[in-house]
Amino acid sequence: MKKFLIALLFAPVLALAAGGNVHLDKWPGSVSDKAALQNGAKLFVNYCHNCHGASYMRYKNLMDLGLTEEQVKENLMFAGDKIGDLMMVAARSDEQKKWFGATPPDLTIIARARGELGNPGAGADWLYTYLRTFYQDEKRPTGWNNVAFEAVGMPHVLWELQGTQVMNHETHKLELAVPGKMSPAEFDKAVSDLVGFMVWMGEPQQEYRKTIGIFVLAFLALLFVVAYALKKEYWKDIH
Amino acid sequence: MSNQGKMDCGRRRLIVATAAVGGVGAVAALVPFVSSLLPSERAKAAGAPVEVDISKLESGQMMTVEWRGKPVWIINRSKEMLDTLPKLADQMADPNSEVKSQQPDYAANPTRSVKENLLVVVGICTHLGCSPSSKFKPGAEEGMSADWLGGFLCPCHGSTFDFAGRVFKAKPAPTNLEVPPHVYLADTRILIGEDKKGA
Amino acid sequence: MTMAGGIYEKYKSDGSLAGNVLEWVDARFPATSMWKGHLSEYYAPKNFNFWYFFGSLALLVLVIQIVTGIFLVMHYKPDASLNAAGVPVAFASVEYIMRDVPGGWIIRYMHSTGASAFFIVVYLHMFRGLIYGSYRKPRELTWLFGVGIFLVLMGEAFFGYLLPWGQMSYWGAQVIVNLFGAIPVVGNDLSILIRGDFVVGDATLNRFFSFHVIAFPLVLIGLVAAHILALHETGSNNPDGIDIKEKKDENGIPLDGIPFHPYYTVKDIVGVVVFLMAFSAIMFFAPEGGGLFLETPNFYPADPLKTPPHIAPVWYFTPYYSILRAIVWNFFGLDAKFWGVVAMGASVVIFAFLPWLDRSPVRSIRYRGPITKTMITLFVICFFILGYLGTQSPSPMGELISQICTVFYFGFFLAMPWWSRMDKFKPVPERVTMK
Repeated sequence: MKKFLIALLFAPVLALAAGGNVHLDKWPGSVSDKAALQNGAKLFVNYCHNCHGASYMRYKNLMDLGLTEEQVKENLMFAGDKIGDLMMVAARSDEQKKWFGATPPDLTIIARARGELGNPGAGADWLYTYLRTFYQDEKRPTGWNNVAFEAVGMPHVLWELQGTQVMNHETHKLELAVPGKMSPAEFDKAVSDLVGFMVWMGEPQQEYRKTIGIFVLAFLALLFVVAYALKKEYWKDIH
Repeated sequence: MSNQGKMDCGRRRLIVATAAVGGVGAVAALVPFVSSLLPSERAKAAGAPVEVDISKLESGQMMTVEWRGKPVWIINRSKEMLDTLPKLADQMADPNSEVKSQQPDYAANPTRSVKENLLVVVGICTHLGCSPSSKFKPGAEEGMSADWLGGFLCPCHGSTFDFAGRVFKAKPAPTNLEVPPHVYLADTRILIGEDKKGA
Repeated sequence: MTMAGGIYEKYKSDGSLAGNVLEWVDARFPATSMWKGHLSEYYAPKNFNFWYFFGSLALLVLVIQIVTGIFLVMHYKPDASLNAAGVPVAFASVEYIMRDVPGGWIIRYMHSTGASAFFIVVYLHMFRGLIYGSYRKPRELTWLFGVGIFLVLMGEAFFGYLLPWGQMSYWGAQVIVNLFGAIPVVGNDLSILIRGDFVVGDATLNRFFSFHVIAFPLVLIGLVAAHILALHETGSNNPDGIDIKEKKDENGIPLDGIPFHPYYTVKDIVGVVVFLMAFSAIMFFAPEGGGLFLETPNFYPADPLKTPPHIAPVWYFTPYYSILRAIVWNFFGLDAKFWGVVAMGASVVIFAFLPWLDRSPVRSIRYRGPITKTMITLFVICFFILGYLGTQSPSPMGELISQICTVFYFGFFLAMPWWSRMDKFKPVPERVTMK
């Protein structure tokens, strides 16, 4: 499978930034759904991590998803890596550049990078749309194109699961030509989980951050009450 | 004026309340700053247990491996070396390894080791952190006194240790060399830094 | 109440140990005189309103930035070379702070939120000066020190913004440094001198780091001290814009003055708490500030081969950036790029001339007429429009609007000697009013 993908990718392809005006489907998931995040982590390691690094993450961080060290070691790590290691790609980046023409980007904070001015959370919607809108296009060296990312360099890695979509050039809609292992609904759920994992990975402490924030604000409210009472007490003098 | 005194009392109470709540907040705000000074996840990952192959370590030889940035000595003690230990007991500061922090329970024995011949010890002097040098040859040959039976000398302040890493009495170093947690994965493979296999 | 030494009596011990120590210190150091001169016997007008919180808040943010900065420097690495994963070390070190350093993410978010908070607070502080005429005689020097602080703060923010070494950091620095290339004759060499390289690179990153953590903070602290000393020499203005020193009681204390400590210290504590609530709300619930405080393209590491589709400076620079883009005409044989840079520089520096541009007989907007109120309102609207347009991609409509706003922006200042005099003025009260 991996070799096949590498063969597909062998042509030098320069990744170009996607054009702006694509309608994005709203990502339906949530970063507080631990089961979905675990599933997303599995999909990420199986389908993305061969080529894309998550090099600011440590495997150990995956335990925050409610997994034990054993589960992480057995299911989510490359052989030979240690639990405290960074989630680097097995392939070296300069070699990848030779194969693909461009180094596949590190995905640790891709969900944040894909956000928009005024809506930093839009990165999730973009990823959710992007991963579901690959279609067959013989004009592309990889044989694949994408609605959200015109002339994308990456082939459709999840095609086994989704099946093969083609573009109906009259309606400008995608149609499923060959079904995959998953039904469209199952596939949407799987992609949603995968996106959820990437959103979580962008800032693993994001839920914790909000929890602390509530305590901080509650504390400041208390401090406000006493400080305001103190001010009132002193300012009685001033007329 | 009596009114004034009453008001001051109320004010004082409010000042104390504000200062107390504010003080709690200030201490809480210190937490991220102080904790950022602690070892990071990277440092912890670098401090992960180290696996060592000792199949090539011959009797009477010593090897040094790095664990958490510190030298760990593994010494395959010969019969002669082991024989010196009981003789030196009365010259030792802590002959029976009673200072608990300096070794795990399984090394609190006369040879300070799991296997009798194999000593695993952190090669850092317990005085001020220099690494002692090996003075394995008995007598004055390596610049030691004539009654020297073999062991280690710390070059910084002259503390001396025997072949079990025990410190001699009346030396600057207060305690024996530290035996790190370690476990035998197989006869010739030691995992340094962990007590139990795969824990 | 000048703060010249020797006007306050030295501390006399009550015989206790603490008292003796204090007496010993006070005989050798102006402890009592500083305490009294700047706090307990510094008489501030009693009618400060909402707008008077932002001076002390700016000081608070300065402290936050310095303290968090000290801790960030312990982990950050100004290094543009690539690590084993092919990511620039500087960029990776920021993510390292966010993930691997215990508590690091809190410190980093405090610093990134603090940068934007600094400008919010400073802009509101400047606006206060504008509406109440705080820059008028005798406080011109306080104002000039303040403009100096603002300029240094802009430099500090610009240098700091390069450090995360993301795409916006990189290309923003590239564009701004190239602005200097617009200066005739020496421009190109000057750009190279600033970068230390032909493109923004490792040398640039290291010198910006040095400026950001050492040179500019030192200057900033010095200017802040001068700003406060100058203020305390003349005494504070107030929302009525009248001089409280003209009416004093038999002890020489202004009738409308109250000691800064404890009255304004307890009041400012309330302001600080409210400010911290807003600050925490952003920091913990929206640290990206909607993509304005942390710009999303900056989550891509710097790539010298690929410019992001749309680059804009951080929001606090966008009004001036719009002015830069609004100038599209060549004058006197020099191209528009040069004049754009001149206009941008002038739009900031022009604040320094306010004390001499304003010819109104009264200071405060409360006693000035409709012309002043209209002009200031339009100025604020223009400032916001320019700021908004600066975040957007260039467009013909945007260009036209920004040109109109630019003309008004400069017109506001340059025509001030006339319009500020023409207005209808209300009689100014003798004593401050508590509204």
